Amino acid sequence: MEKQLTINGQIRPWQEGMTVQDALDLMNYSFPMLVVKINDEVVLRADYGSTTIPNGAELLVIHLISGG
Amino acid sequence: MKRQEYFCERDPLAFPLWQKAVVGIAGAGALGSNVAMLLARAGIGKLIISDFDVVSLANLSRQAFNLDQVGMLKVEALAQNIRKVNPFIELEKHKLCLDQDKVRELYHSVDIMIEAFDTATAKAMLIECFSQYFPETELICASGLAGYGKSEEIKIVRAGKLFVVGDQSSELVPGIAPISARVMIVAAMQANLALERIVWKSNLQ
Repeated sequence: MEKQLTINGQIRPWQEGMTVQDALDLMNYSFPMLVVKINDEVVLRADYGSTTIPNGAELLVIHLISGG
Repeated sequence: MKRQEYFCERDPLAFPLWQKAVVGIAGAGALGSNVAMLLARAGIGKLIISDFDVVSLANLSRQAFNLDQVGMLKVEALAQNIRKVNPFIELEKHKLCLDQDKVRELYHSVDIMIEAFDTATAKAMLIECFSQYFPETELICASGLAGYGKSEEIKIVRAGKLFVVGDQSSELVPGIAPISARVMIVAAMQANLALERIVWKSNLQ
């Protein structure tokens, strides 16, 4: 199986032990408040550094912006 | 006035489903007040609305309140305005600042949930809460609605039971409130999506 993951529709290389935080850094997503889903499961904000991403996973990152 | 008289010219398939529906709205500000008015007009059976704040003069630029309501609790003022339009809707209103415990207590049985908070932190709290405790309930959030123009950049992103309406990019400028026209687009899209999802879900059953 090819070592890759999809982040917001873009294919990126995957590495063993890669965390959600690693993926956010890779994409330069620096918004203070995000929603991250791995294969449609929400990852809690407190767990970005400890949650590893499986090979072939699909990540969806949504920017949450104040206003409303 | 009779119920039947009031609810005239309604969609024969969708309207009965909306009448049976309970929609939760977290926040009664620019998004929440406008979403609530739209859903009340459509004929949603019951709304559960929470907000801790009172109406201020500055709110009138974009929220569904009137000058003579400045100083009133938003949930009370909103209930007043909704009843002027639709006297048959059931309203459950809560004056409080929502945290995860309160969300679980008040919104455990809604058919669909609308996120209408102002801060990104509160939006994240609600999303995490629903994903943990009510993973089967659809949640319609808003993100990115500041400024004016650029209507075409407002879109709906879906991830399972989570929907996010907005441009996901326009940040508020400190000291400048969101502008009614663009907020209303997002609020209307949230309400329209809720109406659509209620009908869609019933078609599955």
